[in-house]
Amino acid sequence: MSQSVDVKQLLRKAAFYLLVAAIVVFSVFPFYYAILTSFKSGSELFVVDYWPTSVDWANYLSVFKGTAFGENILNSVMVSSAVVLVSLMLGLTAAFALARIDFRGRGLMLIAILSVSMFPQVAVLSGLFEVIRGLGLYNNLLGLVLAYLIFTLPFTVWVLTTFMKQMPKEVEEAAILDGASNLTIIFRVFLPMMWPALVTTGLLAFIAAWNEFLFALTFTLTDAQRTVPVAVALISGSSQHELPWGVIMAASVIVTVPLVALVLVFQRRIVSGLTAGAVKG
Amino acid sequence: MSQSSRQRQRARSAWLFLAPMICTLLLVAGWPLLRTIWFSFTDASLTDLNAAEFIGWGNYLYKEDGEWYGLLADAVWWKSVWNTLTFTLISVSFELVLGMIVALALNVNFAGRGLVRAAVLIPWAIPTIVSAKMWSWMLHDQFGILNDMLMGVGLISAPLAWTADADLSMVAVIMVDVWKTTPFMALLMLAALQMLPKDCYEAAKVDGIHPVRVFFRVTLPLIMPAVLVAVVFRALDALRIFDLIYVLTSNSEDTMSMSVFARQQLVDFQDVGYGSAASTALFLVIALLTLAYLYLGRKYMRVGD
Repeated sequence: MSQSVDVKQLLRKAAFYLLVAAIVVFSVFPFYYAILTSFKSGSELFVVDYWPTSVDWANYLSVFKGTAFGENILNSVMVSSAVVLVSLMLGLTAAFALARIDFRGRGLMLIAILSVSMFPQVAVLSGLFEVIRGLGLYNNLLGLVLAYLIFTLPFTVWVLTTFMKQMPKEVEEAAILDGASNLTIIFRVFLPMMWPALVTTGLLAFIAAWNEFLFALTFTLTDAQRTVPVAVALISGSSQHELPWGVIMAASVIVTVPLVALVLVFQRRIVSGLTAGAVKG
Repeated sequence: MSQSSRQRQRARSAWLFLAPMICTLLLVAGWPLLRTIWFSFTDASLTDLNAAEFIGWGNYLYKEDGEWYGLLADAVWWKSVWNTLTFTLISVSFELVLGMIVALALNVNFAGRGLVRAAVLIPWAIPTIVSAKMWSWMLHDQFGILNDMLMGVGLISAPLAWTADADLSMVAVIMVDVWKTTPFMALLMLAALQMLPKDCYEAAKVDGIHPVRVFFRVTLPLIMPAVLVAVVFRALDALRIFDLIYVLTSNSEDTMSMSVFARQQLVDFQDVGYGSAASTALFLVIALLTLAYLYLGRKYMRVGD
């Protein structure tokens, strides 16, 4: 009797670990296969292998040789960092007002911000194109910084407001009694306490900006001004029928490895940031 | 200073603190949206936006010589609407079910849970454009590993042209999207699961109630609000899909979404008037759903409070 229960339990446990293994393989396999492919060259590419057979860095070299890929990476780093900085600066003061001050129209403001984050990007494409061209920022990285604020800013304000609401009231009251101004409260009292929240929010905004494609594709024209997603999407072979899959996979791996590393290092924070942006909102 | 005058002063300063953010959003969202809606009533072309002339509803619908023209009479646009809705419905359903399974698995305490959670985050972290490229290689009709696997286990006898075949390309798009966004769903649901009170589960265990019954009677109702938020977020995201389809199946009409259609008109065909009409239509669909969501959210979940 007790033995049959043990077998049943063992089977259940095995099934559970099989499910977990399936989840891991399903999640990781495409990335693993991209890495595998990126180390193959020539005719090896067209033989399906499940395990590494050779390590050939040629694809990684040719991604950079005679292309603007190095510049593209730099572009992405600059645009994403600038977007994060501007969003955090504007978002911090806005979040203070939304989280700590009771004023008329606060609920409406929060809803308006949430609505902007739901905008389909294509709905502002022609209008934004006009604004960017009017400001002389077409094919200019600053134009992308401006355009990306449409999705990073509402998100930043929303998440920082959630975090700012959790700050203890006593600290703020003590600061007011000491005669501190609102700006002092934000930058001297809350800012030091909010570092973890700022890092989380900034990281999520950075990833969103790094991955953006539609605006980058539409608002830039020359190779040198492109960001990495557009660069990867536009890699092509010498003829229409020859697609350099090895090089495309090498570029994909280069673009992805820093992100995956960041996400793995900060995974706990990222989960809390994502849920602050959605569930608790 | 009296209590109420300090209150009023604080309220005034609130608007001062919000002003930079509001101005920025008006510049990058409010004004461009109004201009897009305006362009949809003009014959604007990308080459010279200033030469745009007002043409009324012409981009949407008009009749000439007994024939209807405009967006609402455009079979390709309707195809894109249909594609977008099919894609949203099927992919979000799959993501909901798979996300729930992953969330329930990750909610169990087992050795290596942290590692598995990290692995699950990887698809979410990979740029959409890169995952589209990775998958188009895996889905390659001649050298793709997916065909190799399916043939290896005997499910298919000849390689399939995943991204080129009219019947298969939507399946391919949905497959990649499910892979990419299931982690997001799973994490939101996991967060909800971890906030559940433990005691009612112990009570159910003592009473010997079957776990499946406990899930449908206790767990699901309790995490329903979080599930609904996750579904709405994903659905609104799926409705505006662009990158994945643009890269995986380019401009094929079989998978063209509303965003891909609008951008093609705007940029490739330089027809800003017509493209703006298509963009405005998509905006209206999403705005209506957002309003419905906010209404329901206020009623049931106190969103924004």
